[in-house]
Amino acid sequence: MKVTVDMDKCQHYGQCCFEAPDVFELDADGKLQYVADVAEERRADVESAADVCPMQAIVVE
Amino acid sequence: MTGIVIVGAGLGGLRTAESARAAGYQGPITIVGEESHLPYNRPPLSKEALSTGVAVDDLHFRRKPSVDDVTWHLGAPAIGSDLVARTVTLADGTVLSFQALVAATGIRPRRLPIDGPQAGCIALRTADDALQLRERLIPGAQVVILGAGFIGCEVAATAIKLGCTVHVVAIDTEPMIRPLGAELGSAMRVRHEHHGVHFHLGRFVTGFVGDEQITRVILDDGTELAADVVVEAVGSVANVEWLAGNGLDLSDGLLVDDAMAVIDAPCPMFAVGDIARHPNAWFPGPARRIEHWNMPTETGKRAGQSLAAVLSGAPMDTSAFAAMPSFWSDQYSHKLQSFGMPGLADHITVVTGSPDGPCIAEYRRDGQLVGVVGIDMTAELAPYRKQLMGQQ
Repeated sequence: MKVTVDMDKCQHYGQCCFEAPDVFELDADGKLQYVADVAEERRADVESAADVCPMQAIVVE
Repeated sequence: MTGIVIVGAGLGGLRTAESARAAGYQGPITIVGEESHLPYNRPPLSKEALSTGVAVDDLHFRRKPSVDDVTWHLGAPAIGSDLVARTVTLADGTVLSFQALVAATGIRPRRLPIDGPQAGCIALRTADDALQLRERLIPGAQVVILGAGFIGCEVAATAIKLGCTVHVVAIDTEPMIRPLGAELGSAMRVRHEHHGVHFHLGRFVTGFVGDEQITRVILDDGTELAADVVVEAVGSVANVEWLAGNGLDLSDGLLVDDAMAVIDAPCPMFAVGDIARHPNAWFPGPARRIEHWNMPTETGKRAGQSLAAVLSGAPMDTSAFAAMPSFWSDQYSHKLQSFGMPGLADHITVVTGSPDGPCIAEYRRDGQLVGVVGIDMTAELAPYRKQLMGQQ
């Protein structure tokens, strides 16, 4: 499963980190870091992370 | 037509449909919307979309493939319903029958009865409202904003960015005082004033003046403000009129149980989003409506699971509903973010930083943490969220 975050849209609110902490994380500077290639069995949580993004910046393929 | 009818084509309606599919419901779903648009994201309407130009196509939510077969009935609001006969009547004369109904009609701006011309006074809720407002926010325009809540403050910041002159009129003593409290509200006021916003707090409007178009706004102390456009952002009203006559208590949205099932409904019926007055295990006390962006997703997910159960004859999950309310707001370069229900607090303490810079405030009621607000300190809020969930 491919995860993409539109970093022009992302405002680093970190809501996604609560849904899938193994995929999304705010670094020490408060900037979002994420894993782009994620195992299929994590789909439900990754889709939840995309759902709760206030900027709707996360695309899951 | 049978199956599920969802009245309301916003975020809550969409998430409910997706959740019912994810929970195994394969029958028909019809989603009814007052606006002609498919579900789209509203928060940008007072911020970036208002600033750069409103293109609703860019604001649409991605819809999961599972709802590709949903029937969308857009551009016709529901105007009535008969919950015993299980029908909903739309403004275009359509009558839809259902097995299970979802009320996801959300809220609309509260409008004040103000004397004088009304042309030039805009309340912001829809993409079409934002488009109308955007056309008037030209450099040098004199903008008078009624209300100093989030929408009023966000529009103020956007209008300043677009080169307008901005006056904010509110009966409150500080902007965003209900969610933030006086100290952080005051600190945000100073930030707005630094950018040139003029506040008229503790004041209210007594009339609009102008021929056909509003040109001046009169305040209760006699102040007259020149106005090219007035933005009315003074709270909201739940869209529940279409449910009148069914014996439901509609005084404050719709009261639901932990499964999002509407109390006292004579048919399978659920409510989600801004109109659902729901219990919340993490925030004991009376059931409450919470008009935060993340709640339609939280309540919609639960309602979808309940729908799939009811329509397959299985028992609903009646375990306690728990969801973490969260809000955020962009004003100038500043980011406000909150978890919990800071508005419930009786005591507020700034625990990190100082309100004139990056800071975090704890909101407590009877000594218990009920909310947290950060200004420009997003990452540092995460531990408080856990604490609010009882996971300290």
